[in-house]
Amino acid sequence: MRVLVAMSGGVDSSVAAALLVEEGHDVVGATMKLWGGASDTGCCSVSDVEDARRVAQQLDIRHHVFNFGDDFTRHVVGPYAAAWSEGRTPNPCIECNRHVKFDRFLRRAAQLGFDAVATGHHARVTAERDGRHALRRGVDRAKDQSYVLAMLTQRELAKVRFPVGEMTKPDVRAKAEALGLRTAAKPDSQDVCFITSDGGREAFLGERIALRPGRVVDGSTGAEVGRVDAVQLVTIGQRRGLGGGAAGRRYATAVDVAGGVVTVGPEHDLLTDEVRLSDQTWADAPLASGTEVVAQVSAHGKGASAIYQGDGIIRFVDRQRKVAPGQTVALYDGDRVVGSGIAR
Amino acid sequence: MTAYLDHAATTPLRPEAFEAMVPYLTERFGNPSGVHAVAREAKRAVEEARDVVAECLGCEPNEVVFTGSGTESDNLAVLGRSGVAVCSAVEHHAVLDAVARGGGRVVAVDGSGTVDLDALDAALDGDVGVVSVMLANNEVGTIQPLEAVVDLVRRQAPAAAVHTDAVQAFPWVDVESLARGADLVSVSAHKFGGPKGVGALVVRTELRPLLVGGGQERELRSGTHNVAGIVGMAAAMQATVASREETVRRVGALRDRLADGLLAAVPGAVETGDRAGKIAGNCHVRFPGIESEALLVLLDDAGVCASAGSACASGALDPSHVLVAMGVPRDEALASVRLSLGWTTTDEDVDIALKTVPDAVSRLRTS
Repeated sequence: MRVLVAMSGGVDSSVAAALLVEEGHDVVGATMKLWGGASDTGCCSVSDVEDARRVAQQLDIRHHVFNFGDDFTRHVVGPYAAAWSEGRTPNPCIECNRHVKFDRFLRRAAQLGFDAVATGHHARVTAERDGRHALRRGVDRAKDQSYVLAMLTQRELAKVRFPVGEMTKPDVRAKAEALGLRTAAKPDSQDVCFITSDGGREAFLGERIALRPGRVVDGSTGAEVGRVDAVQLVTIGQRRGLGGGAAGRRYATAVDVAGGVVTVGPEHDLLTDEVRLSDQTWADAPLASGTEVVAQVSAHGKGASAIYQGDGIIRFVDRQRKVAPGQTVALYDGDRVVGSGIAR
Repeated sequence: MTAYLDHAATTPLRPEAFEAMVPYLTERFGNPSGVHAVAREAKRAVEEARDVVAECLGCEPNEVVFTGSGTESDNLAVLGRSGVAVCSAVEHHAVLDAVARGGGRVVAVDGSGTVDLDALDAALDGDVGVVSVMLANNEVGTIQPLEAVVDLVRRQAPAAAVHTDAVQAFPWVDVESLARGADLVSVSAHKFGGPKGVGALVVRTELRPLLVGGGQERELRSGTHNVAGIVGMAAAMQATVASREETVRRVGALRDRLADGLLAAVPGAVETGDRAGKIAGNCHVRFPGIESEALLVLLDDAGVCASAGSACASGALDPSHVLVAMGVPRDEALASVRLSLGWTTTDEDVDIALKTVPDAVSRLRTS
């Protein structure tokens, strides 16, 4: 099989490529150049491309670099800034997967005659009955990345391989070392690839949207209890930076960007029975109303048992903290992803 | 079966250059800056090479400065002058970035990539220290009206030096006469069958060095001479000049067959730049509706070596600033390919390209 492996320059994608070569496939590596601005590390900096290229050389496979900067700006960076300006909490890595890594990249691979693409994500795709495919958690639960892949449908799953999903992270590193790959000891990239640790999110967004200060108001008394420099940057469930010192833990329970008001209250005020989703995707058939699922609301969070109500409504069995609008909710049946949506 | 059509990127080493270099890679290993017999032997080789280079470039031997590359020559020419730097919008980044570093001025070009003389006039004043306009462009091959540029600069900014990057031009035009009026002329050995890692700059004006230390090249370029490289460059230059007319004729015909063939075989194909105003080895075509990146991969798969745009430091393609400066729309700039021929190109190379390129474009258009 001709496979195009997305190589970020990290150890996971390096080993993914190596495994496919060992399995005897016709493997070619490609690194996507997505962001030309300041970046700490991990994904797309010149040194990462060099690392990927070097690993490709070591594996004796060809390596290309694709400039998808336009798509990245249009589908990831632009919407990221827009979401924050509206007080939503986006997940750009998910949008990158949705629009760039498993759309643009897949299309480029098809154009170039590849049968499939592969990445270093910790997840698994399994062949099911009737030629269908299932997306499942990676075996290393601590590193499982199925959450950020939860938007994939049958169309993508038929064309994607995740070779390291069957391995634990320590095994991946051991494999890389055994192969003498340059990236064996390279630390995992953290955080969003286009936000630097220097200025952080605030500096990045400050250049793109007009951050406005706001009042912090107590949810029960209505009294003003503090101020924030940037109301758009406050996330539901946030505790820090809201003017501490009051009795009891204080969380942001609501954010009114237009009005410039952040409402705070105790954890109890954050609890909710449900989350409503937009932009729903289904790994296979849409779920019927009444179906039991496990809903995971963050990349490494524990899932919560829930019942799908239909119309994008997820009702939790036990009350959960409110999900910040813009966050992805991934739905599981056991270790299998059944669908995803974005919290309204 | 491969067709190497990326001579603008680099060229194969001429046998004369290789033969000339071998002794200086083996038993004649001296450092020309020394005093003893071994050093003197190396020094002599460098000075003999200098004489050859001077003759090929139409300057005096003491006006030749050996450098490590065309980029270094360009950097030295621009950064080595005080005052404001001015250049055209289609210069190589080795000039553009050097001009930008000092906060210089960039002059527009027209649709064929030719520098706009009125715009250049407007950019000239008493503050200007150097004006850089390349003799031939590396992307699309356009030959600049250097004589007119020199005239203009002498009138409007008499204190300024005129630099011309002749790196791409040297294999194809008589640099000696065309660049006669320029104060600074850059060349790069590996573009005309010489080895990589060596270039030269003709210096007929005041210049401050970039590299200081041992004081070689009359203090203008410190660093131990790349003796073998310099010897190889001289031999390659000589061979190039001796066969230039014939090569231009022969390769020009191959290029015409290639360009005309592509325009005929690929619906919607557009040639970039004016054929009559470009060097004989350049064929630059746009194929609306496809992406250069994907095309180059398919061509590479099929054994055709070509290029497009400018590879940035990561190796990904950015749209060529040259095409943008010429007014080519961004999506078309990203749908282009440069096929550059050279002294080793044959009819067979052209045949392969004429078969492969239309196939690849068609495949991308229907996918």
